[in-house]
Amino acid sequence: MIPETLRKELSDHCAHYPSRQVGLIYVLQKLQEHYGGWLPDEAISQAAEIVGVPEVEVEGVATFYNWFFREPVGKTVIVCCDSVSCYLCGSEKIVEHLENRLGIRIGETTPDGRFTLLPVVCLGNCDRAPSIMVGDRLYERVTPAMIDEILANAEMLAEGKE
Amino acid sequence: MSEKVLLKNIDPKNPQPVTFEQYVKNGGYEGARIALSKTPLEVQQIVKDSGLRGRGGAGFPTGLKWSFVPMDYQGQKYLICNCDEMEPGTFKDRALVYGDPHQLIEGMLIAAYAMQMTKGFIFIRYEYKKGAEILDRAIAEAEQHGWLGKNIQGSGFDFHLETHLSAGRYICGEETALLNSLEGKRANPRSKPPFPQIRGFLGQPTIVNNVETLCNIPHILAKGPEWYKKLGLNGNAGTKLMGASGRVKTPGLWELPMGTPLSVLLNEYAGGPSREFPFKAVIPGALSTPIFTPEQFDTPMDFDSVAKAGSRLGTACVIVFDEGDCMVAATANIMKFYARESCGFCTPCREGMQWIYDTVCAIRDGQGQPSDMQVLDDLSRHIAHTFCAFAPGAQDPFLSAITKFRHEFEEHIAKRTCSIAK
Repeated sequence: MIPETLRKELSDHCAHYPSRQVGLIYVLQKLQEHYGGWLPDEAISQAAEIVGVPEVEVEGVATFYNWFFREPVGKTVIVCCDSVSCYLCGSEKIVEHLENRLGIRIGETTPDGRFTLLPVVCLGNCDRAPSIMVGDRLYERVTPAMIDEILANAEMLAEGKE
Repeated sequence: MSEKVLLKNIDPKNPQPVTFEQYVKNGGYEGARIALSKTPLEVQQIVKDSGLRGRGGAGFPTGLKWSFVPMDYQGQKYLICNCDEMEPGTFKDRALVYGDPHQLIEGMLIAAYAMQMTKGFIFIRYEYKKGAEILDRAIAEAEQHGWLGKNIQGSGFDFHLETHLSAGRYICGEETALLNSLEGKRANPRSKPPFPQIRGFLGQPTIVNNVETLCNIPHILAKGPEWYKKLGLNGNAGTKLMGASGRVKTPGLWELPMGTPLSVLLNEYAGGPSREFPFKAVIPGALSTPIFTPEQFDTPMDFDSVAKAGSRLGTACVIVFDEGDCMVAATANIMKFYARESCGFCTPCREGMQWIYDTVCAIRDGQGQPSDMQVLDDLSRHIAHTFCAFAPGAQDPFLSAITKFRHEFEEHIAKRTCSIAK
């Protein structure tokens, strides 16, 4: 269930467009925030009801975009750019180091639910490669040595948010 | 260094948003003031006369594109800024948005007035969330000072602008896919015609322009088309943001005269090779363009010269490889990107990209068969029989890699190992 205030905010947002469906991406983003970073089946039904489109349409959208998750993710999502400029500057070593440090492969979530590690398309920061994002924060010219510090930082940030 | 126009207020190494007051102090909103004193068609003519060509990659003349929008249309028309910068190797729109948000807002206001569009959206990629926040604050400032909203500066013209934070997918940068995405749908491209100028967002006349294109507009209005035309070299109009990444000593972003030779960008601005190896290849227009080898490095970086030399200017953010890079491994990296980001709508793209990726990986890992080159040749011809520009964009670097660096592929297959990567 979602609070009535959130439902109303989302519904009002849809109403300010000439077609309510224009608001669907925003609605899913807000529901994902509400549900702790992913979209359970319940969120799909709620989005369909709020926006006024069939559930299958919402499912199509929720499974299409890179930043919607249909299964639980870690408290902090780490995305590593693996496009060409970062690749030339050693992104494979960065991913390998993160995998070793977290004990998971790219695409997985740590068993304690703290981190999810994913690849991402070019972050538009190619002159400062390799780049990764930890939550909303961009890190550039990342070296394996920096990663321990970055992870400690991320844990502090995640705790601060609670 | 030539005249700075778009980067006048921006340090590309550390872009910090210029406030409304600073922007105005540096001559901001003068272009809009001049535009509002003219008729919409006069503004369109000025942009046509300037010779400005779209900076998103296609290079279509901006004023001509605008002129396709019906001026007598009674319903709602929309102006959309494409800030879905995801072309690997490209990092120019980030600097413009993070550093000088009012320059983009002013450009959009002038464009909207020229085509009498009263609503606008800035479509921005998810990873530029901070950029969207910067734009939201700047939009609020512009509203407070009467440069957005109703009856702008007493002109009687209304323009409402808002940001749309995307949920992330490379294909959203294709303008018709972007329209579907903005409508709350999957970002599959639409067939053209009808072109968005006639039937775009929600079926209404719509213009989609790139960030850099729109950022040029205030300066063209403020200083005139003649001044603008003279900024470039050899008859090319304007400046161009150019970037360099990969194997260069000082990667970065610079504003240079349109038509600056690639070799000047590589050696004077980007500092030459970063390692002991000489340059081997450059992708001149960010990823989805054919690869250049050193004999093409003197090519002037403008739309026509790069096309004449067999590639495309694209976003003019070059990706540089040196003699220590294995082009088979690089091609595997490149094709992984396309295989993952294909929207899946057309079979040749959805299946073909993955097939190429798997085959190139096998060759890279010493598992290639002599018949694999035939497979790659066949696929290179067929993958681009598709609906939108994504697959032809993938075909460009791929076909040039297997043509220009064929010996590297053949050597990997024959020796079952790589002797190049360092």
